[in-house]
Amino acid sequence: MKVKLLYFASLREQLGTAGEALELPAGVGTVAALRSHLRGRGGAWELALADSKLVRTAVNQDMAPPSAPVKAGDEVAFFPPVTGG
Amino acid sequence: MKVSVQSADFDAGAEIRALSRDPKVGAVASFVGVVREVGMTLEHYPGMTEKALHRIVEQAQGRWQVMDCTVIHRFGKLEPTDPIVLVAVASAHRGDAFAACEFIMDYLKTQAPFWKKEAAGWVEARATDDRAAERWK
Repeated sequence: MKVKLLYFASLREQLGTAGEALELPAGVGTVAALRSHLRGRGGAWELALADSKLVRTAVNQDMAPPSAPVKAGDEVAFFPPVTGG
Repeated sequence: MKVSVQSADFDAGAEIRALSRDPKVGAVASFVGVVREVGMTLEHYPGMTEKALHRIVEQAQGRWQVMDCTVIHRFGKLEPTDPIVLVAVASAHRGDAFAACEFIMDYLKTQAPFWKKEAAGWVEARATDDRAAERWK
């Protein structure tokens, strides 16, 4: 089972993709671990998901902190702080 | 309760009138956000947006006497003077209506997944919006 990853707004543009299906690597069980795994791809991923960047996350369409668990079948979204209203 | 995420324009007057039909309603407080100065494109996260807005409305219902409520937020390309967002809250008395309306707007600003892009680039989130939401805690 895979996780569905979604990227929005400036993050989608920096990464050059709106989303992907990812086989959850062994040992990756939280939002923070997943972010770290993606950062390991280097290039735009390393820059856009750097610790210094404000990146918000949602798991299954609910805002989720870095410590939130991620499991196969989940939908995980990465995006910049929201600016609606 | 009505939550709508749409590209189409809305008629704030008609929405407010629709909230005023129950004779128990004594107050309708509303807020309309309007595009200021430069055009923009609004992106959102379909599915999560609606879920987040419903959750914010539920929280308001838990804190104040909210008899009915309408939240409309637009997405897509918008020009100066276009309305972006409507929050309207019906209650028996103005205190609850004002407070719930402001609470919903403050939470929407920091919790609902919308992003504005202007010609100059993506709009940065503002710390003042975070502080506005914090004061309700």
